[in-house]
Amino acid sequence: MGPLAPYEIISENTNFLLAFFIGIAFGWVLESSGFSSSRKLAGIFYGYDTVVLKVFFTGAITAMLGLLFMSLFGWVDLDLVYVNPTYLTSAIVGGVIMGAGFIMGGFCPGTSFCGAAIGKIDAMVFIVGLFLGVYGFAFTYGWWEKLYYAKYLGEPRVSEALGMKDGLFGLLLIVAAIGMFIVAEWAEKKFPREEY
Amino acid sequence: MSNNQTTERSRRYLNPYVGGVLLGLVLLAANFVSGRGLGASGAIKSVVATSIEAVHGDAVNTMPFMAEYAEAHSGSPMRSWLVFEMLGVLVGGFLSGAVAGRLKLKVEHSPKITSKRRLIFALAGGILFGLGSQIGRGCTSGSALSGMAVLSLGGFITMMAIFGTAFALAYFFRRNWI
Repeated sequence: MGPLAPYEIISENTNFLLAFFIGIAFGWVLESSGFSSSRKLAGIFYGYDTVVLKVFFTGAITAMLGLLFMSLFGWVDLDLVYVNPTYLTSAIVGGVIMGAGFIMGGFCPGTSFCGAAIGKIDAMVFIVGLFLGVYGFAFTYGWWEKLYYAKYLGEPRVSEALGMKDGLFGLLLIVAAIGMFIVAEWAEKKFPREEY
Repeated sequence: MSNNQTTERSRRYLNPYVGGVLLGLVLLAANFVSGRGLGASGAIKSVVATSIEAVHGDAVNTMPFMAEYAEAHSGSPMRSWLVFEMLGVLVGGFLSGAVAGRLKLKVEHSPKITSKRRLIFALAGGILFGLGSQIGRGCTSGSALSGMAVLSLGGFITMMAIFGTAFALAYFFRRNWI
């Protein structure tokens, strides 16, 4: 019965050890999918390479379906699985700032560590920037505090917000993803670019 | 693109749908083990909080950021799940790159721009992403991807804000990429 750590089936140290191994798998999958290359990542925004969209949505849907089925079989207690809280204002403002950082820097935090791991100097510089940004937030926290806590909606699931069952929303998400994948395959043919 | 190049690409990288399923299984494992998803910016936050604490021992009393951090994380900040996970990411990324023959110290950039320009934009992008990840309570991994897997409304909103903004601004930064 999971999740293991909240149920205290495994110790804290075992949990940290597993975190390291899960991280290895995470880094391996990201790197082998091409997420260590900023030019590959940025391709989604110009249509020449849509690997980000395909990997990201396939990943989110796989995990979502896995959790729903494991809950159905009684293998995982979804009440103990963390659901990110929704602070509407900060979710949007933070996302907009991250989006600007993404198109300028070509990485997100996780992918920049993969790039740095294989020797990409631009990824290492991006990580320096990440630290500067987080230090900047830490020392200017007072400026953001009001925005940071504004419009708190609790921990709603998107399915609840839309008034439908989790499974139905999951199905709609899969249909939407397949639609996006078809557009993505078309875009890669329409905006081809040489290998890099 | 010639067929030749297409086959070369497919040999170099994992099929994206296969990669996606594997990523989903890793995310599922994280949730099953720890009760939380994956993350990246949270590890940086832990390192930053630890360093501030090392320099200003009483920062938790004087800096609201540190007080907020301490409230959300009990115990030593460096004993954070995400710190161990991100150390693993470095190892996993390195191993994958080594197996595929991609280990090389270089600045990757479009032939149309200089290395210097690429690095300036990488630094600026990193600063913005670092700041945004703190305001948005997580980055593409912790907020968008992991949030979507547990159907968090906030996760979906952050995902749309990140990708929507990047698409909206893509035109202005096109010279860097195409």
